[in-house]
Amino acid sequence: MNDWLGPEEWQAVALSLKVSFWAIGLSLPFGILTAYALARWSFPGKQVLNGVIHLPLILPPVVTGYLLLLTFGRRGPVGGWLEQVFGLVFAFRWTGAALAAAIMAFPLMVRSIRLAIEAVDPRLEQAAATLGAPQIWVFATVTLPLILPGVIAGAILGFAKAMGEFGATITFVSNIPGQTQTLPSAIYTFLQVPGGDTAALRLVAVSVVVAMAALTVSEILARRAARRVAGA
Amino acid sequence: MSLEVDITRPLAGFDLRVAFEAPGGVTALFGRSGAGKTTVINAIAGLERPATGRITLSGQTLFDAQARVNLPVHRRRLGYVFQDGRLFPHLSVRQNLTYGQGFAPRGAIGPRLDEVADLLGLAALLDRRPGALSGGEKQRVAFGRALLARPRMLLMDEPLAALDAARKEEILPYLERLRDQIGLPILYVSHSVAEVARLATSVVVLDAGRVVRSGPAEQVLSDPAMVRQFGLREAGAVLPAQIIRHHGDGLTELAVSGGRLFLPEMDQPPGTPTRVRILAHDVIVADHAPVGLSALNLLPGTVVTLRDGQGPGVIVQIQCGCDLLLARITRRSAEALHLAPGRPVHAVIKTVSIARTDVGAG
Repeated sequence: MNDWLGPEEWQAVALSLKVSFWAIGLSLPFGILTAYALARWSFPGKQVLNGVIHLPLILPPVVTGYLLLLTFGRRGPVGGWLEQVFGLVFAFRWTGAALAAAIMAFPLMVRSIRLAIEAVDPRLEQAAATLGAPQIWVFATVTLPLILPGVIAGAILGFAKAMGEFGATITFVSNIPGQTQTLPSAIYTFLQVPGGDTAALRLVAVSVVVAMAALTVSEILARRAARRVAGA
Repeated sequence: MSLEVDITRPLAGFDLRVAFEAPGGVTALFGRSGAGKTTVINAIAGLERPATGRITLSGQTLFDAQARVNLPVHRRRLGYVFQDGRLFPHLSVRQNLTYGQGFAPRGAIGPRLDEVADLLGLAALLDRRPGALSGGEKQRVAFGRALLARPRMLLMDEPLAALDAARKEEILPYLERLRDQIGLPILYVSHSVAEVARLATSVVVLDAGRVVRSGPAEQVLSDPAMVRQFGLREAGAVLPAQIIRHHGDGLTELAVSGGRLFLPEMDQPPGTPTRVRILAHDVIVADHAPVGLSALNLLPGTVVTLRDGQGPGVIVQIQCGCDLLLARITRRSAEALHLAPGRPVHAVIKTVSIARTDVGAG
């Protein structure tokens, strides 16, 4: 594969995979928590939370990227604080690309997990509580195993979205080779230079393969988990 | 070990307002559907919150509206068997059974997994998934699962209601063994008089959110005033009995406090304590010992009370030895026999009218 892809192309693929893994890996626990809260709890501001989470799905990605830049940029309220306290910089770094991808993928992930949680019979959780299990244990041993197919599907869907994220990423962290030039940004760049078509086409092929692989793996995992849950 | 309940809760149609005490043994919470039984048992388990009142279990407060005490479900240590089993579909039978084991406090006593598997006939099922079990097997696993959490009491909400008659018959002996061998207090919610007659040692009768009667099972079941609650065709007394001997002609002789009973042959050895349910409409009343009659069972006794029904019938309560029998006869017969409290009579019961399912372990 190293011979087939040029170093710059390889760099873009590797960066995209890294960005997507971190984006989904770190946001998944929050996605599960948010989905659980939306599915099972009632609290003031629930509709607002639901709206804010879904906003990136509806807003033009450029707007999301710009809002991220305003908030998480080095002079933004959150970005400045994070840099001072933790030395964590998002603007024009791969970490920023991961943040943008996570924000954009979040609504898809939450939707899928929320549907799975709503399909779990809460009476099973009640039964676990009567057996002496505290709420957190009930979640870990009953709810989570039962929603696993939905969690996997949500994570894969989010991963695919993260791999393809373009608008918010390029607005927030620009298009720096080796730093923030993800797969879609690289394809876009190659298309701008004369004679870049072949390189772009090779990356398109990689995109298709990664997407197909992700779908197949999620399908297999989800089916296996569903069989376990059915209890047959 | 005693459970005390005194709670209110508004429900659709009426206000639930119940107070009762469940001593040891099996306390049946009986009532027609919609009487509020499930709300009561859920309140005890902590799954529903009463509006006012108190629930205590051997001195410990589980709920007290005034003192703002509401122990969370998982800290009440009450084993709950639901009507629909609610086994965890992703866990094996063994994992289901042992789910609650780790949460029991260190000193809690109770049967071990192998003892429970033995008692409930689950040894061969341990590695299966709930999806591969029959309805009756699922319910037996649910009993075992609740038991192995080492609860202080078992709550059962119509655990047999979802099963057909044959499955019920298959499970009832297991419940009798639970009652007689484990000795854990059980609150048993049911709308089936037959189940209550087989299992209960005490009965609480619930009607439209109120307790209309409570007391020892023999007394409540043989109370003529409760016939309307149980239904005319279901009303009947429960007599404790003991097997005396098996006869060669397919009959088993039992001793009751008021005499002898001959029943269709039973499997248990002589000496076994049993309880026999005798339906009110199966009892004939005679004013002197009849001769030339095919019925084998003749119990002398005295009339305690008569209670008029709405139709042509009268319910007669008869004291036979220390036990009370119910007989449903016509008013015309009652008048012809001059039945009145204190009058000596004979209760006549056909052997074959006593169904095998109405004879259980005592």
